[in-house]
Amino acid sequence: MSILDWFDKKKKKVKSTDKLNIPGNLWLNCPKCSEVSFRKDLENNMMVCMSCGHHFRISPQQRIAYTFDTDSFDEHDGDLEPTDFLDFVDTEPYVKRIQKTKKKTDKCEAIVTGTAALNGKKVNVGIMDFSYMGGSMGAVVGEKLTRLIEKSVNDKLPVIVFTMSGGARMQEGIVSLMQMAKTSAALSRLNQERVLYISVLCDPTTGGTSASFAMLGDVQIAEPGALISFAGPRVIEQTIKQKLPAGFQRAEFLLEHGMVDMVVERKKLRDMLINIVSILDYNEDSYG
Amino acid sequence: MAKILEFEEPIKELYDKIDQLKLLSKDGKIDLDSEINKIEKRAESLKKDIFSDLTPHQIVQIARHPNRPDTTSLARLICDRFTQLYGDRLYRDDPSIVGGIGMIGSQRIMLIGHQKGHDTKENIYRNFGMPHPEGYRKALRLMKLAEKFGIPIVTFIDTPGAYPGLEAEERGQAEAIARNLREMVGIKVPIVSFVIGEGGSGGALAIGVSDCIFMMQYSVYSVISPEGCASILFRDAKKSEDASKSLKLTAPDVVKLGVADSIIEEPLGGSHNNWEGTADSMKKHLLEILKSFIKKDPDTLIEDRYTKFRRIGSFISS
Ligand SMILES: [Zn+2]
Repeated sequence: MSILDWFDKKKKKVKSTDKLNIPGNLWLNCPKCSEVSFRKDLENNMMVCMSCGHHFRISPQQRIAYTFDTDSFDEHDGDLEPTDFLDFVDTEPYVKRIQKTKKKTDKCEAIVTGTAALNGKKVNVGIMDFSYMGGSMGAVVGEKLTRLIEKSVNDKLPVIVFTMSGGARMQEGIVSLMQMAKTSAALSRLNQERVLYISVLCDPTTGGTSASFAMLGDVQIAEPGALISFAGPRVIEQTIKQKLPAGFQRAEFLLEHGMVDMVVERKKLRDMLINIVSILDYNEDSYG
Repeated sequence: MAKILEFEEPIKELYDKIDQLKLLSKDGKIDLDSEINKIEKRAESLKKDIFSDLTPHQIVQIARHPNRPDTTSLARLICDRFTQLYGDRLYRDDPSIVGGIGMIGSQRIMLIGHQKGHDTKENIYRNFGMPHPEGYRKALRLMKLAEKFGIPIVTFIDTPGAYPGLEAEERGQAEAIARNLREMVGIKVPIVSFVIGEGGSGGALAIGVSDCIFMMQYSVYSVISPEGCASILFRDAKKSEDASKSLKLTAPDVVKLGVADSIIEEPLGGSHNNWEGTADSMKKHLLEILKSFIKKDPDTLIEDRYTKFRRIGSFISS
């Protein structure tokens, strides 16, 4: 199934539930200010709360629609699916978890990659999906991202990655940890080739994801309020046995501490990306 | 007093008995030599039996043993000369990661490793081998120094993980680790890593993007600690024994998964009982592997390093 089919299917689904008038689907509660909003209004506002500005977690399909030129997205490697190569069992076997998640979310993995146009300029794009096992990075996420970056090493198109992930996928053990090295290795090549890489850090970006490709952007953009950290706040509180200050590890905190270049509202992101991409393109011939 | 692990107790009992008999025979009244000899043999064979059949959970305990040889001690045993270098030139010197230049015969090396302590006081000073960002930045500084002078890099991995603390986050723990991963891939001198104890997550990998990764026989390498995994996935912190099994973190498993290259056998009874023997076999393996890199030009070296990590990961593609 292509991503566009998926998008169509999703739209149809919304329609059929409209008729059923399920309140949970029509109305959404803001997790920050508790304001109840009509889903359609929120969608028209790019899933940003009208009353407090909270940025809701959104799907790759929504990000594509909000950020890139209409119908310009062309998905890559949509057929890659995870496998339970460790025979990992926690409260249930990983192989079962994979099946269940696919059924529940209608998605194959925690990232969508492809090529899209940004104001007519082609870019290679990776978008993580928190709804799939917490956006965790296993072998598929690592492979899809690496292929995307390697493609850019060849075709010299800028890479834009939206991160949204709890970190490495424990059910894939040490192999998931190595995806940090694998993706960073690919970025080392991209860096050498002087191809632009923009990392857009969304809520949440933690653990192995933040400690690899998420933090390696030439330009680092964070979504307002996004939790961006290596260790999660709960782990830190347990370690230091203290309550953490308000706003700790949020996008604005990272800006203040020099870890990101800017915090950009969802509504302004497309223009900012167009702006950056138009300037940061290596020019061999001149200083112009 | 050395810490005795639960499964080591039967071995210790036999050695205690030997000590008693030796004391008795010292008096010279009775000849207990043959008796002592017999028990010694029994102790050795019991040791062999116990250590050849350890569970992943027991191996985790050995990997974390407070008497396990640490980076600086091994550096001194392996090198003829070893000079430590300090600081990241940005913030401070992090005692959780040490590094320095050394000579093994005529072989120069830059040695970098996590540093744990052997008692509470040392461990507090070393932050239990859990680095702050400045530790990783010091490591990278030393790697670039090694690259500049054409010296091979050797790293010793032994950490529960990067420190999950307030200041570590403020100073960019994630960025420091990420940068090391990206930079290590392109370093133009050979990099050899030894997992000497605990290979804990990103904090371990941050000095482990290498051409060759050795695992000591009873070391572990994992994406998360068994305890962390148990509390998150098993929803029960007490299930860490099950988690150590599920995670496939022992040396044979990590080699089988294509992450580590080979295993270095530890002296019978584990490295914590024989530092010199451990250092000797590490030295032998290190010199051998460094010799094999001599003929490799930097481009091939980097290409091979890239490929090594590039191919890790299984998935289905239709
Ligand atoms: Zn709100």
